[in-house]
Amino acid sequence: MLRLPPFDFRAPRRLAEAAAILAGEGDGARVVAGGTDLWPNMKRRHQHATTVVSLMGIPELAAVDDGGGELRLGATATLAQVAASDAVRRRYPALACAVRSISSPPLRNMGTLGGNLCLDTRCTYYNQTEPWRRAIDFCMKEAGTVCWVAPSSPRCWAHAASDAAPMLCALGARVLLRAHDGERVVPLEELYRDDGIDYLNKRREEILCAVLLPAEAAVEHCAGSFWKLRRRGAIDFAVVSAAAAAWFDAGGAVERLRLVLGAVASRPLRVVAAEELLAGRRLDEEAVAEAARLARKAATPMDNTDFQAQWRGLMVERYAAAALRQAAGLEPGIRPPHHPL
Amino acid sequence: MKLVGTPFRRVDGRAKVTGQTRFADDLTPPRTCFVRLVRSTLPHARIRAIDLEPARRMPGVLAVLTGDDLPIPFGILPVSEDEHALARGKVRYVGEPVVAVAALTEEQADEATRAVRVDYEPLATIASAEEAIATPEPRIHDYGAGGNVHKRVSLEFGDLEAGFAEADVILEDDCFFDGNTHLPIEQHAALAVPEDEGRVTLYSSTQTPHYVHRALAKVLQLPPARIRVVACPNGGGFGGKSDVFGHEIVVARLALELGRPVKITLTREEVFYCHRGRHPVRMHLKTGFRKDGSITAQHLKTLLDGGAYGSYGVASTFYTGALQTVTYNLPRYRFDGLRAFTNKPPCGPKRGHGTPQPRFAFEVHLDKAAHALGLDPAALRLRHLAPAEAVTANWLKLGTVGLGRCIEAVVEGSGWRRRYGKLPYGRGLGLACGAYLCGAGLPIYWNHMPQSGVQILLDRGGGVAVYCGQTEIGQGSDSVLAAIVAEVLGIGLEDVRLCVADTGLTPVDLGSYSSRVTLMAGNAALQAAERARAILAEAAGERLGRDPQSLVFAGGRVFDAAEPEHGLTFAQAVIEAETRNGTLATTGSYVPPRAPGRYKGAGVGPSPTYSYSAAVLEVEVDPATGLYEVLHVWIAHDVGRSINPTLVLGQVEGSVYMGLGEAMMEEQAFRRLPRRLSPALVHKMPSVLEYKSPTFRDMPEITTYLIEDPDPRGPLGAKEVGQGPLLPIPPALANAIFDAVGARIDQVPIHPHMILRALAAQAKGEEPRCGPRAFPAVDFGPTLRVPTPEEGGDGRALGEDRGGTMSRPASGRPAVRHG
Amino acid sequence: MSEPRNVEPAAEASRVTATLRVNGEDHTVVFPVHHTLLEVLREGCGLTGTKHGCELGECGACAVLLDGRPVLSCLVLAAEAAGHEVETVEGLQEGNRLHPLQAAFADLGAAQCGYCTPGILMTAKALLAQNPEPTAEEIEEALAGNLCRCTGYRKIVQAVAWAAAILRGEEERPPEEAFLGSPLPEVRR
Repeated sequence: MLRLPPFDFRAPRRLAEAAAILAGEGDGARVVAGGTDLWPNMKRRHQHATTVVSLMGIPELAAVDDGGGELRLGATATLAQVAASDAVRRRYPALACAVRSISSPPLRNMGTLGGNLCLDTRCTYYNQTEPWRRAIDFCMKEAGTVCWVAPSSPRCWAHAASDAAPMLCALGARVLLRAHDGERVVPLEELYRDDGIDYLNKRREEILCAVLLPAEAAVEHCAGSFWKLRRRGAIDFAVVSAAAAAWFDAGGAVERLRLVLGAVASRPLRVVAAEELLAGRRLDEEAVAEAARLARKAATPMDNTDFQAQWRGLMVERYAAAALRQAAGLEPGIRPPHHPL
Repeated sequence: MKLVGTPFRRVDGRAKVTGQTRFADDLTPPRTCFVRLVRSTLPHARIRAIDLEPARRMPGVLAVLTGDDLPIPFGILPVSEDEHALARGKVRYVGEPVVAVAALTEEQADEATRAVRVDYEPLATIASAEEAIATPEPRIHDYGAGGNVHKRVSLEFGDLEAGFAEADVILEDDCFFDGNTHLPIEQHAALAVPEDEGRVTLYSSTQTPHYVHRALAKVLQLPPARIRVVACPNGGGFGGKSDVFGHEIVVARLALELGRPVKITLTREEVFYCHRGRHPVRMHLKTGFRKDGSITAQHLKTLLDGGAYGSYGVASTFYTGALQTVTYNLPRYRFDGLRAFTNKPPCGPKRGHGTPQPRFAFEVHLDKAAHALGLDPAALRLRHLAPAEAVTANWLKLGTVGLGRCIEAVVEGSGWRRRYGKLPYGRGLGLACGAYLCGAGLPIYWNHMPQSGVQILLDRGGGVAVYCGQTEIGQGSDSVLAAIVAEVLGIGLEDVRLCVADTGLTPVDLGSYSSRVTLMAGNAALQAAERARAILAEAAGERLGRDPQSLVFAGGRVFDAAEPEHGLTFAQAVIEAETRNGTLATTGSYVPPRAPGRYKGAGVGPSPTYSYSAAVLEVEVDPATGLYEVLHVWIAHDVGRSINPTLVLGQVEGSVYMGLGEAMMEEQAFRRLPRRLSPALVHKMPSVLEYKSPTFRDMPEITTYLIEDPDPRGPLGAKEVGQGPLLPIPPALANAIFDAVGARIDQVPIHPHMILRALAAQAKGEEPRCGPRAFPAVDFGPTLRVPTPEEGGDGRALGEDRGGTMSRPASGRPAVRHG
Repeated sequence: MSEPRNVEPAAEASRVTATLRVNGEDHTVVFPVHHTLLEVLREGCGLTGTKHGCELGECGACAVLLDGRPVLSCLVLAAEAAGHEVETVEGLQEGNRLHPLQAAFADLGAAQCGYCTPGILMTAKALLAQNPEPTAEEIEEALAGNLCRCTGYRKIVQAVAWAAAILRGEEERPPEEAFLGSPLPEVRR
């Protein structure tokens, strides 16, 4: 059996206690929630910890709070709970769709929303056991010096594989971070960096506590959509995803729109050029096609996951177009099998 | 028949649904210690030095072994005993076992492996068969057919050129079938337990306990009588557990050294390194057709990427050619094959062993021929079926041939005549067929003993114990064995107790490979049971004053057919017989009929009979993305007779599943890093996440037709079902995609980008096709010319001695045989 | 050559004593705190009915129920399972009577090699508790995290639907086709 290396395990009941442990334990401490990302990574020994602090015993982190305005989703609410939450399904159906598309039912019973947002970036040169990585002399992201996806590149190209992140970025979600010395609320989008190694703008001791969804992104104001490409009807991570959120003016033109891609950069990738192009325009076939081409241009699908990278580039265009079309109430234009919608 | 042919609950069903089945890793006797292996991190290298001292000092470590501790080579085929339990001198692929560490716990063993340092001198690597034939040096092995060629075959049956001269149309195709692996959900595990007086018992997840037994005796240099191998129920095999593995030898050796049970359980990644899966095969197929679709001649070339060791590879090479002749009339046939060594985990037998690749080529080729000739693909096939009981151009003797009925069933079921070629753009139907062995005609090592044996003990309480070396790998072989015995003796399954797959207690059965168990163990069981019935009938007849011939065995009784109330209970009959004869036991054994081929190489391909399948597959292709969904599969399988139709259906549906996996997504893919930077050549994705095995949501509807036409060579008429139904699936998918969008994808797996590439070519007015272009220049060696039966041949090659290789050799052993 | 980052594992694996409630029975076990529920069930409690196929949450073989919900025991620390109800395949039958799911799996050949079966049975049990009359699609969706290499899944879907019917008090057997194959179509030549 592939087993975990030894570590000290702490399961505080209160957030302040967790924050204090993290502050006190230094670099060897890590937070765990559902464990569906950290445990495999530790078993393969590309993430390490001497102390693991579980957040699952802290009741306040698991709550879903719908006051009718901003929706607050606790970071340790499981993906199954988020997908099944009445508030999410009713007010943010595109988010429910994105979360339902994650992995498989047992994984969604374990994995949490916060965990999905902090998901380690992925790469088929990295998500491997230690002996395998030794065979390639390791990689830049862990213990090595070269990014084997692009050996002459100075950076790591591991990609952001979260499904909740692009959708929540599109909807304009914010996150609450808390450490022993205070808390802050930042737009989720600003949590991410386009760097495969340091992919989060977050201090190690900061705990992601909650996701805040603005009322203006609810379905009565905003048209959201999520499209995801993966090989199989379950289990697989996205190899391309496209999330759109659009606000229309009274005349039916785009007032504001966010288009965010998943799995084609080291962070959820906002396609600002497309958003600017579409502002003030009607989302007709021509506008969608133009915007989708801009999405393809912005994306950098690398050969570090399933499917041929070049084809994935074309799929960025197709899936971005599908997301935009759906937001505009048009037929998506593609017919992939087993779409989570 | 009371039981046979009915859907009874499988005899191991209850244990499997209650968690009571004991798989190899479920066994942990007191004092068990655990082994982990250090595996090579280089694809090809000399081992300069191994530093074991730090590992030896790690907590809990009991013993450390290297290749020098187990210097005797082994291999599943006597012609390629090229493996060591742990690498000696050299490593040939990333993942090859180099050092074994035993410790008190698995975690301690694992930690200690991290302390082992191996000093390697890297050698140039070979990543593909094409590269291997172009790169004779450095050699991966110092045996074989020269350079990095393991095996060459060139056989010509009949006057090929004359055949092509008779053709109205000659078609040529290049295609590629990529490698894939078995992925049994159970990872291999083995437990060795030392017994009294220097004996050892190995419990292992193996499909071939008899061959493991022989290899252990050879490598450990122990008399075979001191070794017992028990095959635990396999948590899936599919061919992946039919080699002898180094880890099995390592634990046996350590158990004898440490005097305590020693266990190893592989991780998922290690299972990918064991591999022995589908060979990647490049193929070139050239066929002459008359206007009516009949074939005048066919020339097939195959190039196999064998990986780093022999495994079953010599047989695999022959199998990429041998079964082309058993489906349709093929009067003249030439087969050239070559297997190359590469620095990757060894390929071997996976469900269909060597035949799905050329079957893909042939069935896609026939689809193209039908279009070229303006014929319906189903009609073309139906018109030119191989006749039952025929001897083929390559000297295979056929049994019953249910292929025509299979094709008719799927054609009717799918509405083919109404719908083929007429569905809206994006939707399509594809038809393909296949055939498979019902057991390889020859054993892996030369002998004239039975290939399967059964012993039956009769208890005076009416219980019947059946002993047989056969191995349950999920296919239902235990149920076949029990049902045949119960049927013959007229008792219930609950009165039959099985003892199987134990080389210490059961007569030899060669193993669960080549779809041999139902036919061979089934025939042995039938013989043993009939012998038992004769003894009981004799005694019961005497007691009842009836002619034994008039007695019926049914419902747990033995009675007069004319006066059913006049009889004995089965237990009373046993008591009568035991009183007269003493302790009761019977045996049965099975030796396949001798095949008519006498040429060198004729040993691969013969089988007592062949199963047949046909499938129609419906697909929907999205031309915007190249993504596609298989909507429905209609499949018919000629099983001769179902011992248990429900279990037969399960084998058919499982084969469809595995065939779809191979056709759509499964790939044993490798990565080589830029060679100026690194010598690495690694498995791209040795995980269940990245090796794409279809999920519940990826399976289409399946309509299954069982075609029953009992074959007298099978037990109660039964033929195989475990492997054959996989064969038509990949070509049926390719043919359906053509019907849907007009694109020819001449390779599997069929990825969406390939469809888009073909459609892009179509848009430019080019050939709408994706697949390899030219077959590489390959030297297949001298060609053996064998006149066909039609030409008046006698099964020998021209210029071959009358002795041939099939007769008992005076000394030594012939070069090739098996299955 | 590079070397992996040198993070010292916790010097001495800290051990915990915990009482796991498995199938309604208490098991008091001592185990290192980094051991998963899978390891402790199999090695500490001797409940080897729960299988493992990857230990990375990718195959579903180790699925058990935690407070009635299917989870992958390879990714749950045993320490975290203490205080919760754990259900494994060993607890499925009542006395010596098979659960309808077990009977249906055995009779339809929905278990072939039987290795993925425990995980699938437990996941299916949770589904039926929540949805007594699932459609084929809902069954497929609920079981989509459990890989099976033998069956091609059709027999499993049929068996779950059959068990659901029995649990609802309907004694409906699946159509004969599920046991015998489809009737041969009439051949028009």
